[in-house]
Amino acid sequence: MTTPGEPRRNLLYLLPVLVFAGLAGFLYQGLYLHPSEIPSPLIGKPAPAFDLPAVEGLPGGLSRADLEGKVSLVSVFASWCGPCRLEHPLLMALAEKKRLPIYGISYKDRPEDSRGWLQSLGNPYDKIGADRDGRVGFDWGVYGVPETYLIDRQGNVAFKVVGPLTPEVLESQVLPLAARLMK
Amino acid sequence: MIPEIGHFALILALAVAMVQGTLPLVGAARNIAPWVALARPAAVAQAVLLAISFAALTWCYVVSDFSVANVVANSHSLKPMLYKVAGVWGNHEGSLLLWVLVLAVFGSAVALFGTNLPAPFRARVLAVQALIAVGFDLFMLLTSNPFARMDPAPVDGMGLNPLLQDPGLAFHPPFLYLGYVGFSMAYSFAIAALLEGRVDPAWARWVRPWTLAAWVLLTFGIVGGSHWAYYELGWGGWWFWDPVENASFMPWLAGTALLHSAIVVEKRDTLKSWTVLLAIVTFSLSLLGTFLVRSGVLTSVHAFATDPARGVFILGFLLVVVGGSLTLYAVRAPALKGGGLFAPMSREGSLLLNNLLLSTAAATVLLGTLYPLLLDAVTGEKVSVGKPYFDMTFGPLMVPLFAAMGIGPLMAWKRGDLAGAIGRLRFAFLAALLIAAVVWWQVSKVSVLALFGYSLAAWVAIGVLIELAERIWLFKAPPADVFRRLRRLPRSSIGMTLAHLGIAVTLIGIVSSESFTEEHLIVLKPGDVTEVGGYFVAFRGVEEVEGPNYTALRGRFEVSRDGKFLYAMSPEARNYPTPPMATTEAAIRPTLGGDLYVVIGEAQGDGWAARLYFKPLVQWIWGGGLFMVLGGMLSLSDRRHRIGAPRQAAAGLAPAARPAPAE
Amino acid sequence: MTRKRRRLLTVVAGMSCLGVAVALMLNAYGDGLVFFYSPSELESHHVTPGQRLRIGGLVEENSVVRQSDGLTITFKVTDLSKTVPVSYRGIVPDLFREGQGVVAEGSLGADGVFMASNILAKHDEKYMPPEVAAALKKSGRWKDGAGPEGVTKP
Repeated sequence: MTTPGEPRRNLLYLLPVLVFAGLAGFLYQGLYLHPSEIPSPLIGKPAPAFDLPAVEGLPGGLSRADLEGKVSLVSVFASWCGPCRLEHPLLMALAEKKRLPIYGISYKDRPEDSRGWLQSLGNPYDKIGADRDGRVGFDWGVYGVPETYLIDRQGNVAFKVVGPLTPEVLESQVLPLAARLMK
Repeated sequence: MIPEIGHFALILALAVAMVQGTLPLVGAARNIAPWVALARPAAVAQAVLLAISFAALTWCYVVSDFSVANVVANSHSLKPMLYKVAGVWGNHEGSLLLWVLVLAVFGSAVALFGTNLPAPFRARVLAVQALIAVGFDLFMLLTSNPFARMDPAPVDGMGLNPLLQDPGLAFHPPFLYLGYVGFSMAYSFAIAALLEGRVDPAWARWVRPWTLAAWVLLTFGIVGGSHWAYYELGWGGWWFWDPVENASFMPWLAGTALLHSAIVVEKRDTLKSWTVLLAIVTFSLSLLGTFLVRSGVLTSVHAFATDPARGVFILGFLLVVVGGSLTLYAVRAPALKGGGLFAPMSREGSLLLNNLLLSTAAATVLLGTLYPLLLDAVTGEKVSVGKPYFDMTFGPLMVPLFAAMGIGPLMAWKRGDLAGAIGRLRFAFLAALLIAAVVWWQVSKVSVLALFGYSLAAWVAIGVLIELAERIWLFKAPPADVFRRLRRLPRSSIGMTLAHLGIAVTLIGIVSSESFTEEHLIVLKPGDVTEVGGYFVAFRGVEEVEGPNYTALRGRFEVSRDGKFLYAMSPEARNYPTPPMATTEAAIRPTLGGDLYVVIGEAQGDGWAARLYFKPLVQWIWGGGLFMVLGGMLSLSDRRHRIGAPRQAAAGLAPAARPAPAE
Repeated sequence: MTRKRRRLLTVVAGMSCLGVAVALMLNAYGDGLVFFYSPSELESHHVTPGQRLRIGGLVEENSVVRQSDGLTITFKVTDLSKTVPVSYRGIVPDLFREGQGVVAEGSLGADGVFMASNILAKHDEKYMPPEVAAALKKSGRWKDGAGPEGVTKP
C-alpha cells in the first residue's frame, strides 16, 4: 500500500458515500409514502347505502339493511383479480368457523365468471351482491380489488384492509377487533 | 415436482454463492491457495444451478402448471407460446430470477475464460459477484419466491395485462437486465482492485470489454423500450422521462462515461480513482433503477405490482452494496496514485470533459427523477417533474458534449493542438452552417433551436467522418492504399466512428420529429378525406371485430398520394372483458422519411374522433441507436478486446507502471 | 504543467460544470416543475391562472359532457369535498370513465375552468396513481352514504 494522501483530499473521497447516505434516508422515507397506507375516511362512519341484486344464478343480493344488527365482514372481489385468489383460502377457512357472516361484493365481473370462480374455489359468502358497473364500489371508496371491510353492529365501517387479506392481518387486527365489537 | 427442483436449485445456488462470496475473499487476503481456487468451480456451479432453476420456471410456464402461484398470476393456458415464455420474466419474481441467472452467467464467464487473470484477483472479482447474488437470492427466497405453490390449483391463470402482450415488451426488458447486470462486472473488478489497492492499465483492459458488452446490451434495451412505447402506448411519444425510463437511462449515461474514462486508464494510466468511482456509480444506478421500479416509491406508467416489504429489503441491500463500496472507496481510493500528466487540451482532456458532462447529465436526471420523492418527504407537496425540466437541464448539457465530440478524437494524447484540430474541422463547421442555411431556406417555419440542432448533428457527423478520412489518408494516397488502410483499421476505431455517427442520426431524428410533427385531431365521417404530411387519408368507416380475447372497433383508412392509392391503415380501439381494460392499437406506417400514425377514438354522432400524425424522420431516432449498438459490437470484436487478448498485458500487473502503449 | 495545477484545473472544470448544471436546474425548477393539487387545495392555494399544474381526483358521475365540435369534453373532477370543472380537447385515454380516478395536466383559466392539455387515467382496476389516492386522502372524507347524486353537490 502506498501512503495515503493528505487529509484534505481524503475528505473529497468521502463525498460520494455522504451523498449516498442522504439519498438513502430519503428513499427510506419514500417507502412509507406508499398509497396502500391510506386509511379509509369511511372508518367510524356508517357504511354507504346500497342495494345490489344477486349474481345471476346465485342466491342473495346484498343491501345496507343486511349489515345492521351484527358484526360482519364485507369483501370486494372479482374473478379477474389475481390477489383475490390468494386471499380466498383464508376466507374459506374463516367461513368454516362461522364466527361472523361474510358478505361479498362481486366487483365489475361477469356473472358466469363469478359463478365459475365460486364453484371451483368454494363459496365463503353468506350473501353476494353484484356490482357490475362499480358504482357501489365507488361509494365505498374501493381503490382496487380485493378490499375487505369490517362492519360493526350499528352498520359503521370499523376497519378496512386494502389488498389481499393475509393471515397476519386477519389474526392480529381484524379478528381481535371483531371479537371486541361482538362483546 | 419440477417447481420443487427449481426451488431447491435456487436454495443450493444461494448456499454456493455464500461460500463463493466469503472463502475466496479470505483466501486471497491470507494467501490460502485452496480457498482461492474454490472461486472458479463455485462460480460455474452457481450458474448451472440457477440455469436449472430458471429452466424449471420456464417449464412451469410452458406447460401452464397452475399449481404455481406465479404462473397463475401471470399466465393463461390460451396465451400464445411466445407470451407464455415471455411471461417467465414479465413479472417481479421471474425477472429477478433472470437477473441472478445473468449475473451468474457473467461470473462463470470470468471463471472459465479469465484464465489470464491473476488467481487472487479473479477470486476477489468472483467473490464480489457472489455477494451480489447472495443478496438477490435471499430477496427472492424471503420475499418473492417464484416457485410458491397454490393449493388448490385453479383451472386457469389470470392472463397477462393485454398492454404487455407485445413482442417489443416481451424482449426489451431482458436486454435491460443484461445491461444492468453486465455493469456488475465493472463493479466487481473495481471492488477487487480497491481491495488489492492497485489500478493499472491491465485492469482497464479487463474492464473495458465487459463494460462495452453491458453498454451494448443496455443501449439495445433502451432503444427497444423506446420503440415499444412509441407504437404500443398510442400517444405517439417515444420518450416520456418516466421514472422507469430514467432508471435505465442513468446507468447508460454513467456507463458511457465509464467506457470513455477506462480508455484513459488503459492508454495513459491516469484518472484511476475517478474511473473506479464511475464503475461503482454505474452499477449503483442500475441497482437504484431496480429499487425504483420494484418498490413503488415513484409513480410510473409502467408500474409493476408494488410492496413496501420488498422495498425495505432492496433498500437494505442497496445500503450494503452501494454504501459499503463507497465507504471502501473513501478509505482506499486516496492511495491510488495518478499516473501520466496531460495538458487540458489533449485527448485525455477531451475525454475528461466528456466524463464531466455525462456524469453531470446523469446527476440532473437522478435529481429530476427523485425530486418528487424528496419534496414529498420534506413538505408533503406533490409535484411532477416532466419533459420541460429535462429539456431545460439535460438538453443544454448535450450541446458542449456534442461540440467536443467532433474535436476530441482529433486531439493527440498528452498534449493536443486545439487550433490545429479546429482547422482540420473547418469542413465540418462549414457543413453545419450550410445545413442550417438549407433548412432555413427550404422550410418555411423553423425555430432557431431546430436549426441549431441540425447544425450540431452535421458537425458531429462530418467531424467523425473527417477523423476517419484522415486515418485512411483519403484523398492523400492512391485509392488502393486508402482501401488497404481502411481494411487494416482496428475494428474498435471503426466502432467508435459508427457509434458517434449514431449520435448524429438520433439527433436528426429527434430534432425533425420534435419540430415538424403534424398532428390533426378531427371528427371524421365515412367518406371524409384529410391531408397530413403530404398524404391524403380517406376514412372508410369502422367495423366491429372479435379478437381471441377482446372485441375491437377497427377503423379503415385509405392512404393515397398524388392520386395514387398506397395502402390501407386499420387502427383499433380494443376492449378486454377480463380484467376490464381498453387499449388503443395505433396504425403506424413507418418509412425512412417519416411515419404516418393513426389512432381511432370514440364515436361522435355519425362520425368518429381520430388522431392523425405525420412524424418526419422519427425512425432515425432508433436507427441511430442501432448504429451505436453496431459500433459497440464491432468494437467488441476487436482482437484487442477479446477475452484472450489481455494475456500479454497480464505481465503489466507488476507494480511498476507499464509505459503507455502508443495508439 | 505540474500535478497540482492539473488537479486544480480538473477541479475548476468540474466545479464549473456542476455550477452550470445547478444554474440550469434552478432555472428549470421555476417552470419545469408541475405541482399537483386536489380540487380542495386548488381553492385554498390561490393558483395564478396560466400556471401549469396537475389536478387529480375522481371524474364526477354524470358530469361528462361532449361539446358540439365532438372533440372537446367537459367534466368535473372531485375529491368528494370540492369539485373543479375541466375542459379538454382531444381523445381521452382508454380508461377514462365516470367514477374513475383521473389526473389532468394543464392550467386554470381566469373563469375557474381548468383547461387540460393532457389527461391521465387510472391504469387498471388493481392500480391507482398514488397522486389520486393522496388527493382523496387529503380531502379528508368520503361522503357518507352518498350516492352518485350526493357527490355532485360541491
